[in-house]
Amino acid sequence: MSGHHGYTISRLIHDLKAAVAWAQAPAPQGVYGLMAEFANADDVVTAARQVRQAGYSKVDGYSPYPMESLIHELDQHHSWVPTIVLGGGVTGFLAGYGLQYWSSVIEYPMNIGGRPFHAWVSFIPPAFETTVLFASFGAVLGMLAVNGFPRPYHPVFNVEEFTKGASNDKFYLVIEATDPKFDAHKTADFLQTLRPTFVKEVAA
Amino acid sequence: MANSQTSAAGLPAMDPKYVPLPLVAPGHTLDSVTQKISHMTMEKETPRAWWLSFLIAGAMASGLGVAILGLLFVGIGLWGPNVPVGWGMDIINFVWWIGIGHAGTLISAILLLFKQKWRNSINRFAEAMTLCAVLCALQYPLFHTGRPWLAFYWLLPYPNTMGLWPNFRSPLIWDVFAVSTYGIVSLIFWYVGMIPDLGTLRDRSKNKFFKVIYGMLSMGWRNSARHWSNYEKAYLLLAGLSTPLVLSVHTVVSFDFAVSINPGWHATIFPPYFVAGAVFAGFAMVLNLAVPLRWLYRLEDLITIRHLENMGKVMLATGLIVAYGYFMELFMAWYSGNFFEQFMMKNRITGPYGWSYALLILCNVIVPSTLWWKKARTSPIWLFIVSLFVGVGMWLERFVIIVTSLYRNFMPSTWGYYKATQFDWMFFIGTGGLFLSLMLLFVRFLPAIPMSEVKMILPGAEGRVRR
Repeated sequence: MSGHHGYTISRLIHDLKAAVAWAQAPAPQGVYGLMAEFANADDVVTAARQVRQAGYSKVDGYSPYPMESLIHELDQHHSWVPTIVLGGGVTGFLAGYGLQYWSSVIEYPMNIGGRPFHAWVSFIPPAFETTVLFASFGAVLGMLAVNGFPRPYHPVFNVEEFTKGASNDKFYLVIEATDPKFDAHKTADFLQTLRPTFVKEVAA
Repeated sequence: MANSQTSAAGLPAMDPKYVPLPLVAPGHTLDSVTQKISHMTMEKETPRAWWLSFLIAGAMASGLGVAILGLLFVGIGLWGPNVPVGWGMDIINFVWWIGIGHAGTLISAILLLFKQKWRNSINRFAEAMTLCAVLCALQYPLFHTGRPWLAFYWLLPYPNTMGLWPNFRSPLIWDVFAVSTYGIVSLIFWYVGMIPDLGTLRDRSKNKFFKVIYGMLSMGWRNSARHWSNYEKAYLLLAGLSTPLVLSVHTVVSFDFAVSINPGWHATIFPPYFVAGAVFAGFAMVLNLAVPLRWLYRLEDLITIRHLENMGKVMLATGLIVAYGYFMELFMAWYSGNFFEQFMMKNRITGPYGWSYALLILCNVIVPSTLWWKKARTSPIWLFIVSLFVGVGMWLERFVIIVTSLYRNFMPSTWGYYKATQFDWMFFIGTGGLFLSLMLLFVRFLPAIPMSEVKMILPGAEGRVRR
């Protein structure tokens, strides 16, 4: 990946060209990818490791509850959510403190018992609350945005078993058709070697 | 899980007496957890006990409607507060309800940060309890203004035609910020926690209408590992944000009192003492809800005796902090050497309202002391009874703090007496009805126990292959 030698301008141009090529590429021919179902946590984690070792990169796992081990095998630890939360918190603090400063010092200074207009100690509790509020909005809206929600349609739901199993007691791996290593037959054969309960094509 | 392996590793086997019970009764699978919890919602017929409870709660809640209408037509003269006791049932009940909410956030946020896995089957309805309690609490500051539609210009900072802004140097405006932030953050925390389970209900719904509703609420959740990764980060950060938030809420509520110079209020111990009391009352309410819920829906294998015992332990610990607070109030009154402070304390215990102080000590110190015994902590019925006592006791605590600090103040010529009116009681019972109705609706339509989080603590959930 690009991280090893530093990110240069020529690298950026290359990536932008790749992004344009990706955007212009025709939609995949009716296939979103290949789905393998697994009966238990052991099998899906082992399979995820083997899929990654085989060099597939556009892979996602599905489990009825958050699985640290699956996220680890699929190398999906990175998340923008914490950064968004930090941004929300900083914005919230500045907005809360700024509102108090502006309204009590600039817009409507009021002498109450000779207390200073800029009573920064008193401004801390409301500023703290707005910090927490905006950071929390950042967490929720950030998570939804990063995950692409709300999302009314997604191809994985075209597989009948998935709609019953993914939110109940089954585990899945999906290799997307856009993966450079993807080959309808070879990839299906490969998935069959990973002890799945079935391998199916996912209609786009 | 680990206990069976300890002896295998060559270590001495643990006395079975000290081996903690499993958090989910043995024999449960991913599928059985889904079944059990989803069956509490619309998939099965409404139990008769639910209808009966809803009828009673609804009747109580309609009393709130009458009380509000009366208040809006006549004015707050319908309530008891008057000089010298300007704060009566309205703020007592506000503080009581807000305090109850605290246990929900403690369970969902603080116990998550401490990796207490036993929170995983009780956090959802404890959070719902928080929301309902905050909603009930909000009725008081809202309606004590008399004409709430005219109150917003000094409650909320917005550009209004009078060009006025709230006074940010007053703890009462901090309260507005703290409580509204708390309500909103509790709501989104609860909702985010529920998204995966709403997805499960969507996938299971046979009824088209509910499928669409659950589908919209779940936003298209599809249990993707990449999504779980972001979700877990958001959830953890929300827990980290809620933790100082919940501590700040009752701290700010206590500032309403502590910042004034009234004897009985002007005390530095108030913030921690209020927060501990809030958690104490909140856990009592969680138990008062969990014990009947567990019995009604046969949830003994998800809400085990171990859960109940742990809640009993938290109640015992916070109860001791509260008892320490009572002791410190006595000590500080004596140690301050302040005449008014000493008189207030003597009058609080031996004056015309002495009965309330005696009852308070009975409910909050003596009865919860039984929780030192394991037998008491593992008996659901006894826990339920102790929780009722604590609920009453914490209400009395606010009554004692507010009324007995005000009715005989500095000048004997201003002394008076406080008596709640029928409308005060109607309003209070009405909020109780509102609380119960909302909780019953929640249990009926939404997953009251988080399925995905219970699945996380089943044995073997992570698979054997690690790192």
